[in-house]
Amino acid sequence: MMEKMIFGRYVPAHSVIHRMDPRSKLLMIFLFVCIVFIANNSWTYGLLVIYTFAMIALSKVPFRFIISGLKPVLWLILFTLVLHLFLTKEGELLFQVGWFSIYEEGLRQGIFISVRFFLLILMTSILTLTTTPIEITDGMESLLHPLNKIKFPVHELALMMSISLRFIPTLMQETDKIMKAQTARGVEFSSGPIKERVKAIIPLLIPLFVNSFKRAEELATAMEARGYRGGEGRTKYRQLSWGLKDTTLLIFLVILSVLLVLFRT
Amino acid sequence: MDISLQEVEYRYQANTPFERLAIKDVSIDIPSGIFLAIIGHTGSGKSTVLQHLNALLKPTTGKVMIGDREVNAEKKQKNLKAIRQRVGIVFQFPEHQLFDETVEKDICFGPMNFGVHEEEAKKRARIAIKQVGLSEEILSKSPFELSGGQMRRVAIAGVLAMEPDVIVLDEPTAGLDPRGRREIMDMFHSLHLERKLSTVLVTHSMEDASKYADQIVIMQNGQVYKKGTPNEIFSSPEGLLELGLDVPEVVRFQQKVEEKFQTKFSQTCLTVEKLTEEIASMVKRGEQE
Ligand SMILES: Nc1ncnc2c1ncn2[C@@H]1O[C@H](COP(=O)(O)OP(=O)(O)OP(=O)(O)O)[C@@H](O)[C@H]1O
Ligand SMILES: [Mg+2]
Repeated sequence: MMEKMIFGRYVPAHSVIHRMDPRSKLLMIFLFVCIVFIANNSWTYGLLVIYTFAMIALSKVPFRFIISGLKPVLWLILFTLVLHLFLTKEGELLFQVGWFSIYEEGLRQGIFISVRFFLLILMTSILTLTTTPIEITDGMESLLHPLNKIKFPVHELALMMSISLRFIPTLMQETDKIMKAQTARGVEFSSGPIKERVKAIIPLLIPLFVNSFKRAEELATAMEARGYRGGEGRTKYRQLSWGLKDTTLLIFLVILSVLLVLFRT
Repeated sequence: MDISLQEVEYRYQANTPFERLAIKDVSIDIPSGIFLAIIGHTGSGKSTVLQHLNALLKPTTGKVMIGDREVNAEKKQKNLKAIRQRVGIVFQFPEHQLFDETVEKDICFGPMNFGVHEEEAKKRARIAIKQVGLSEEILSKSPFELSGGQMRRVAIAGVLAMEPDVIVLDEPTAGLDPRGRREIMDMFHSLHLERKLSTVLVTHSMEDASKYADQIVIMQNGQVYKKGTPNEIFSSPEGLLELGLDVPEVVRFQQKVEEKFQTKFSQTCLTVEKLTEEIASMVKRGEQE
């Protein structure tokens, strides 16, 4: 029932993107999120689309799989598009039936913003699909390391993140299991009137919460029992290594940013 | 109600990179009133098979007949609730499904979902809680303040209160103490006899399989490896041992006795009583000679 979700899931494969240093991927996402906002016409959006699809191709994750996993978000995107069509009333009038009218600017902005949204989600999916949660947190911790100087709890943050990422699949599995158990007891999650379906959430959420709290407690005990005492003086088993491909990737991204600035209107 | 799986194959997460073939070419008949045990290694597909019995999973190929309804990959199913009322499943670690304020409400949850009135549901809850060996006082407690074993029993009571025609048990006694195991299993067995319930039991205990089952199915790597009566299955234990599965202690004991005395009993004994008789008659024969 929850099988199609792809958030926070790692797809093992042998691709350049998989082998890259998590730090370069994180930096790339960060930069990408910034430069997406530079684009403001078809040329610049075109460049972004090409770049994104090139990254997907390099990552060797089947495109069909990414799309099928993004279905819930596609609805959200469609919703933004419709909202823009309805609410932006600038530019030339393109189409009118009774009270319903579409303006040029609304269409333009709606499409651009949907594309922007879509690209952002695609890029972040590439990150999570090609990088194990552990790598992501290691990269994060290493990038944020300088903040330690101002007493920012970098290690704790990284730990929190790795634990949450680690337990997303577990939570999904558990949701699936409890849904099945309650379905067997006559709950209908995917059919019947809306009111009933909303009510059906309670027998799902309560066991889920109870189990999560129990698990958190057990995890804390287990960590303490193994002598965990925070980040101070802790060494790393996995060493990150920055390579030529990481530099290359970032250079490409810089070139992209320059092009975007040049072509924007 | 008869249930039959016909050449069922199931893939988890079909059409994704995580696709995984869990069972294939599985055909099992579960005629009304039978006690069927399914045994096999961990990961051999037992739980996957069980979830087909009330249409929680739809086969990716093949079909499942539940009563006169056919469940297959193509057909869009309507009103599966009717099936689920008649086929009750006790899942592996069912205590994770408890959620309501009181034990009583939780047990009534299933029946009331299927349209049973509150009064009737409460009556059933009182009966069910006794069947699983707990006292009525527990009904007013919160399910979360119970011990693991008590939670397990409450969860089982919740399924019993649905009064299904077919009861499906996925290792219902795993993690209980030995006496609790025997009590629960004896309870299921007597229900099976009294109410003519079809019972499907997944178990790792060869003792339980040989003691209660009319038919045994052995699963291996997602396929049916062997089917037969307990006698047929355990009288040639070589195959089982090859798979790394155990045989009941009684059977092992018989083998040892036969080896030691260079003899062969007329049959494979599955109970201590039978074996005692065989040995006694052997001893008597020995004295006469
Ligand atoms: N939700 C799921 N997603 C993906 N694969 C699964 C899922 N559930 C089970 N599997 C896989 O299907 C196979 C059969 O699993 P199943 O749970 O049916 O085994 P089992 O015989 O019940 O094992 P056990 O004795 O441990 O309960 C296993 O290889 C398992 O990894
Ligand atoms: Mg199982």
